[in-house]
Amino acid sequence: MHDTGGIENNRRYEGNVCVKDQVDSYVTEDGRTIGPVVMEMKNITLRFGGVEAIKDISFDIREGEIRAIIGPNGAGKSSMLNVISGFYVPQEGEVWYKGARRPPMKPFQVAQQGIARTFQNIALFEGMSVLDNVMTGRLTHMKTGIFSQTLWKGRAEREEIENREVAEKIIDFLEIQAIRKTPVSRLPYGLKKRVELARALAAEPLLLLLDEPMAGMNVEEKEDMSRFILDVNDEFGTTIALIEHDMGVVMDLSDRVVVMDYGKKIGDGTPHEVRNNQEVIDAYLGVSHD
Amino acid sequence: MFYREAGDFNTSYAEDQQTFPIKFDRYRYYVVLFIAIVVVPFTVNDYWVNSIFMPFLIYTIAAIGLNILVGYCGQVSLGTGGFMAVGAYACYKLMTAMPEVSMFIHVLLAGVITAAVGVLFGLPSLRIKGFYLAVATLAAQFFLVWLFNRFPWFYNYSASGQINAPERDTFGIIITGPSTEAWAAYAFCLVFTIFSAYVARNLTRGSVGRKWMAIRDMDIAAEIIGVNPLRAKLTAFAVSSFFIGISGALFFAIYLGAVEVGEAFGIQKSFLVLFMIIIGGLGSIFGSFAGAAFLVLLPVALKVVGVDLLGWPTDIVAHLQLVIVGLLIIVFLIAEPHGIAQLWRVAKDKLRLWPFPH
Repeated sequence: MHDTGGIENNRRYEGNVCVKDQVDSYVTEDGRTIGPVVMEMKNITLRFGGVEAIKDISFDIREGEIRAIIGPNGAGKSSMLNVISGFYVPQEGEVWYKGARRPPMKPFQVAQQGIARTFQNIALFEGMSVLDNVMTGRLTHMKTGIFSQTLWKGRAEREEIENREVAEKIIDFLEIQAIRKTPVSRLPYGLKKRVELARALAAEPLLLLLDEPMAGMNVEEKEDMSRFILDVNDEFGTTIALIEHDMGVVMDLSDRVVVMDYGKKIGDGTPHEVRNNQEVIDAYLGVSHD
Repeated sequence: MFYREAGDFNTSYAEDQQTFPIKFDRYRYYVVLFIAIVVVPFTVNDYWVNSIFMPFLIYTIAAIGLNILVGYCGQVSLGTGGFMAVGAYACYKLMTAMPEVSMFIHVLLAGVITAAVGVLFGLPSLRIKGFYLAVATLAAQFFLVWLFNRFPWFYNYSASGQINAPERDTFGIIITGPSTEAWAAYAFCLVFTIFSAYVARNLTRGSVGRKWMAIRDMDIAAEIIGVNPLRAKLTAFAVSSFFIGISGALFFAIYLGAVEVGEAFGIQKSFLVLFMIIIGGLGSIFGSFAGAAFLVLLPVALKVVGVDLLGWPTDIVAHLQLVIVGLLIIVFLIAEPHGIAQLWRVAKDKLRLWPFPH
């Protein structure tokens, strides 16, 4: 018995596959508590015409963890994220969220369930200021109807101010106070990435999906972004699933890693386990076909 | 110099969010309101009301409506004339069916009916975008005009096929018909213009407006943050058509008095209002005012300068107007897509720092 907390004792077996139980939780080496499973992908298969982008992939995301999805180009990582956020409906398989099977739903319904995401190529609202962009992240929390809004005074204004306070907290947290009234179109790339993270965080999501948060950044910006990701996870307890190419970053940040190649899962486990997995090494370094 | 911002601090989010955060701007706005409400009604004459103030106020409402749809929500519409016709005919039917009810109610109800029609014609926007949507709304334009010509019920089986505004009053003051006094017509339109601007401003600065702008800027990203595109687009169509319906009702009942649908609410009207918001500024309430003022004043100014001062023939001046408008639209689309409103914003930023820009 070693020190992985309760997992060892609570192992459950389905066939001959070991499944970590839905309710257990454990404490990581650095002292964070990883909760039960919040999201589980069961045997997901996604096809575009004759192309199988994802082939029979299962994995889970636990509450409070940083889960990385890695793989070479075209492995199906982004497709996987799009399945989670509702853009693609898989032909086979089930998505389980918070212990219940999620019926096929539209992206905006997924967002209303507490799943926020960022995009690989920034998807900000270019015509709006940074503050307005962050405030759009609060839209799922703003319930005032159109008629109270026509009057503004009273309910609508109160709600606006309450949500503004939350948005300002996020703006402080990500250190973008100085640009809050700047139109997004005038910002440099690195800041745009940060604003997009701010918008996703403003929704106070249960699960945050980051699609290559560090793509196209220099070392310094990557370090900043890594720090923010860790801080978000630490301070808000947000569960994070991220796709990233920079192996150093992934290995340092994540608790568990899923490795995909040609739409198949070829590895799943802690960074250490994955790093020593022969299939993963083959996929990344290439293997001679003879 | 032009702006004194020293000591003007916002200490709460409510203050930071107000429409005119700079005190100086706020006072200027109060002065304009004061003049419009208190001074103008007692000093205007028929000419000013009929050739400048009324078209300005009514077109402003239509421009605000179209701006919500095109400028804020990004759904191009060429059906403005048709929707104005819906407002006009709804108002006419209400006026003749319920003569004792106040005109305020009639005009508002005409707006509500137009909103319903707008939602109906907004449904295609869920499937089609941009150019194709514009063509779909163009169909609405022609269909609605055809409808009002084709079925005599809409014009109460009158022999001429026109609709004529009967004499109606509100709070005992005659608002429609030939014996209306200039100030009453002006005040009635002014109330609706202020109401429209106020409502539009409140909607566009809150969560509803952000949903619209999110759809306009990037609909995929809007969906991912939880905006239901169907509802966002349809509310934009509803609110937009509501204002356009009000302006149509006023245009018919107060301004023209008698309307032949193809002439008053034809495709030219759709383009005119669209030009107003392009020149005035897409996505700006102030731009709606500026655009309407510009296109209402331009022919008047040209007539005064060209015909009265320089003695040019009338037809040349009329054609000159078309040339100028066309030229301006091209210039604005290329050089400043956000129109007069953006020019104003830039000028304001410069003036705030003037004369010490560094």
